[in-house]
Amino acid sequence: MSTAVAQKKGFGAFIWDYLTTVDHKKIAHLYLVAGGLFFLVGGLEALLIRIQLIKPDNDFVSAGFYNELLTMHGTTMIFLAAMPLIFAILNAVVPLQIGARDVAFPFLNSLGFWLFLFGGLILNCGWFLGGAPDAGWTAYAPLSAVSPGHGVDFYVLGLQISGAGTLIGGINFLVTIINMRAPGMTYMRMPLFTWTALVTSTLILFAFPALTVGLFLLMFDRLFGAGFFNASMGGNSVIWEHLFWIFGHPEVYILILPAFGVFSDVLSTFSKKRLFGYTAMVFATTLIGFLGFMVWAHHMFATGLGPAANSIFAIATMAIAVPTGIKIFNWLFTLWGGTITINSAMLWALGFIPSFTIGGTTGVMLAAAAADYQYHDTYFVVAHFHYVIVGGVVFGLFAAMHYWWPKMFGKVLNETLGQITFWTFFAGFHLTFFIQHFLGLMGMPRRYWTYLPGQDLDTGNLVSSIGAFLMAIGAIVFVINVIYTSVKAPKVSGDPWDGRTLEWSIPSPPPHYNFKQTPLVRGLDPLWIEKMEGRKGITPAEPLDDIHMPNPSILPFIMSLGLFIAGFGFIYQVDNLSYLWLVILGMGITLGCMLIRSVKDDLGHHIHKEDLEEEGAEQ
Amino acid sequence: MKGWMGKFRALGIFGFLMLVLSGCGKENLSALTPKGYGSKAALNLINISLGVMIFVFVVVMVIYAIVIVRFRKKKGREDYIPPQTEGNKALEVIWTVIPIILLVIIAIPTVAITFDLADESAADESLNVNVTGNQFWWHFNYEGEEIQTSQDLYIPTGEKVYLNMKTSDVLHSFWVPALSGKMDLHPENENTMYIQADEEGVYDGKCAEFCGTSHSLMDFKVIAVSPEEFDQWVEDMQNVDPEAQPETADAQEGQQLFQDNSCIGCHAIGASPAATGPNLTNFGDRTTLAGVKEHTKDNIVDWIMDPESMKPGNKMADANYDVTQEEAEKIADYLLQLQPSDITPESAETNE
Repeated sequence: MSTAVAQKKGFGAFIWDYLTTVDHKKIAHLYLVAGGLFFLVGGLEALLIRIQLIKPDNDFVSAGFYNELLTMHGTTMIFLAAMPLIFAILNAVVPLQIGARDVAFPFLNSLGFWLFLFGGLILNCGWFLGGAPDAGWTAYAPLSAVSPGHGVDFYVLGLQISGAGTLIGGINFLVTIINMRAPGMTYMRMPLFTWTALVTSTLILFAFPALTVGLFLLMFDRLFGAGFFNASMGGNSVIWEHLFWIFGHPEVYILILPAFGVFSDVLSTFSKKRLFGYTAMVFATTLIGFLGFMVWAHHMFATGLGPAANSIFAIATMAIAVPTGIKIFNWLFTLWGGTITINSAMLWALGFIPSFTIGGTTGVMLAAAAADYQYHDTYFVVAHFHYVIVGGVVFGLFAAMHYWWPKMFGKVLNETLGQITFWTFFAGFHLTFFIQHFLGLMGMPRRYWTYLPGQDLDTGNLVSSIGAFLMAIGAIVFVINVIYTSVKAPKVSGDPWDGRTLEWSIPSPPPHYNFKQTPLVRGLDPLWIEKMEGRKGITPAEPLDDIHMPNPSILPFIMSLGLFIAGFGFIYQVDNLSYLWLVILGMGITLGCMLIRSVKDDLGHHIHKEDLEEEGAEQ
Repeated sequence: MKGWMGKFRALGIFGFLMLVLSGCGKENLSALTPKGYGSKAALNLINISLGVMIFVFVVVMVIYAIVIVRFRKKKGREDYIPPQTEGNKALEVIWTVIPIILLVIIAIPTVAITFDLADESAADESLNVNVTGNQFWWHFNYEGEEIQTSQDLYIPTGEKVYLNMKTSDVLHSFWVPALSGKMDLHPENENTMYIQADEEGVYDGKCAEFCGTSHSLMDFKVIAVSPEEFDQWVEDMQNVDPEAQPETADAQEGQQLFQDNSCIGCHAIGASPAATGPNLTNFGDRTTLAGVKEHTKDNIVDWIMDPESMKPGNKMADANYDVTQEEAEKIADYLLQLQPSDITPESAETNE
């Protein structure tokens, strides 16, 4: 056989492997690549926005295109970049941290990814099929219900499909963390990242159905002539706002809590101390999760709910500052008295503390309802939520990637490039968003395609645009780093950071069964305990035996493809009823796959004891 | 380590510079230079919360700086393993209780001011204006006065003016930063807020709720004049004769063209309710065209010839009229002489 043929076959097998994989580590790679690409797309949209706003009365892009850009920037960054990248980290790390061989529902895990990807593709298809969504990422009715063209239809169908994927992913992690922990891993011994993953999954379980319902109503308004949000048909536009924010506010915590978990792990590892006030941190995490559901109407202070409702939601919102403050101080005291190593991962964690403190304090300012009448829907809000989402979530993702990259790929990201990424991104971030607090109060509403000269808004916007370019440079350097590292960097051991938690006790990248023998957990930071007692690895909880693993399957991919096809059918049947055939075809494919999945026995396979012994397992 | 701290210091200085350079924004637009009851109340609350939050930030940063300077890994002590402190009850209690106290300090004025700004007890004996938001312009109907205007809202200084707001299409939000916070407009029910200007002036207003293509061009003006001048304005506006003949020949022709092209079908002159387009009763007194363009004859002609180029997505682009450049100029002449009152934005500005 010639080499060329062999290589071709190799590549095909590689693709097939990823299309059918149910291994959480490979699904992590898929989420990482897809989320990373969408992150770059969302970043490009942001740059176009900032170029348009570089000077007053600019006509770099048209008003209509600008509205599509801002809508897609928000939607992409939240749903197609931040969420999947968090799922990438969850998939890569959580099963390892709890000493599990896999997630609870490997098949669903794969289905969740493909649904997200095809939903994201539908959303972005709008760019090429006559118009992307243009009603803002919040898609307030009635604007979203009456927006002409198919733009908002892509939003509705795309988010509905990818939202189903997220819900499935959330349920999977909820069950995984509750059911699959290694012996001895009690709730109060779980690493904080796993704790935040648990709370986040719970929030997904309760928050996403609200979005599903809202999207469903909007879908019926747009595609089937219903009038849920149409006042002249007896509908009510405020219902959308409630449904959207009952989902949307917890969503903020769905994003930020895992980042909190990352920082907890990173700060503790690189200061060589256990997390200060672990119990309080767990309590604060769950409390933030609860309160996250009680405060959605603070997005609606200007909706006219009345002073009583506004006051109640104002105070409930302020209350979140207490557990968040507890976290900030516990992080600081984790560092206190430690031996701090500063590397790329740690830089992101350290850069996070002041950035997020600004984001959190402006959050309390926004919670003051009467003052929010001035902040609401201005650049002050834009500044605030970028401080939280970029200064918190994106910093968290960067920290996580630098920290767990060696675990995922067996190589440490280049330190020099990592530091360049951090400093350019960090400086660019503050340059872009700090000044926007002032722009907002000076009369710059958000979502403005252009602003007038002579209103003192020029300098601030220019500074902001310059900052955006610095952030872009930082992101590009990170991409270069990833490529450089995968080509040049040497392989590292399983534990390059002198880690404290279970994932560092196995080789990097981990074998597909993760743990040869399920580990025995004897306390918080189990690997650290073993190290302190002079052992090299974790004490196993079971003798070496056959390992049962799930079989790969192409069904999740085909199921999602079916919904993708049906999505286009739903969108275009408005123009021509014959497109209903696409709905029938697509739903047929999906339902057919479900039938096959139901009736076909798939018992998985075993990795035999003998094969494991060959690799030299400890008894 | 020097470089580290240096970068932070540079950032701090830069941030401060940005503050100084940016000043407080344009007079009569910025929420940081309040000229009315609502905006002053809001700024007070902003200042209280900002003070508390700066305190919090400083505390965090002091601990942060100490930690980073003191506890970096030191040469020769690479193998040092710090004590694994579990936590500290006293500290945990401190950083739970102190934030709660700080939040109470913010919460009390928040609730007080929130209720104060929603107070509608004086609505019956005050001036009430029905505000309608449209893509992408504002309509004002003075309750009980038989006055309708668009884009320019005249109010007397020193009085609470109640705005009963609704939208004719999608959501909008009424915002005059220098006078008061914002309030959304819904299609299904009326929202009420009041504004009160303490000084005479022409205040910039903006739409703050995303409403489509020309959201960023949906500006308007609030013109605050003395109560006497306001009464004069009301009288003048009530005495407008929509049919009055203009003085110049061009303007007279323009009036005829305005009728012939059924402009009047959308744009009312006088107190009759306008259905689809802005009311033009005092068009000649406006400071801006369509809220965002200089109010010149050339611009008006350009607008008539191609409204889409100035405000994308506005409904006049679909209107059925057909005029030549010269005809448009005559219509502009007619519209520019629609100046029913001596009380104009200039009188609000010169009285300052």
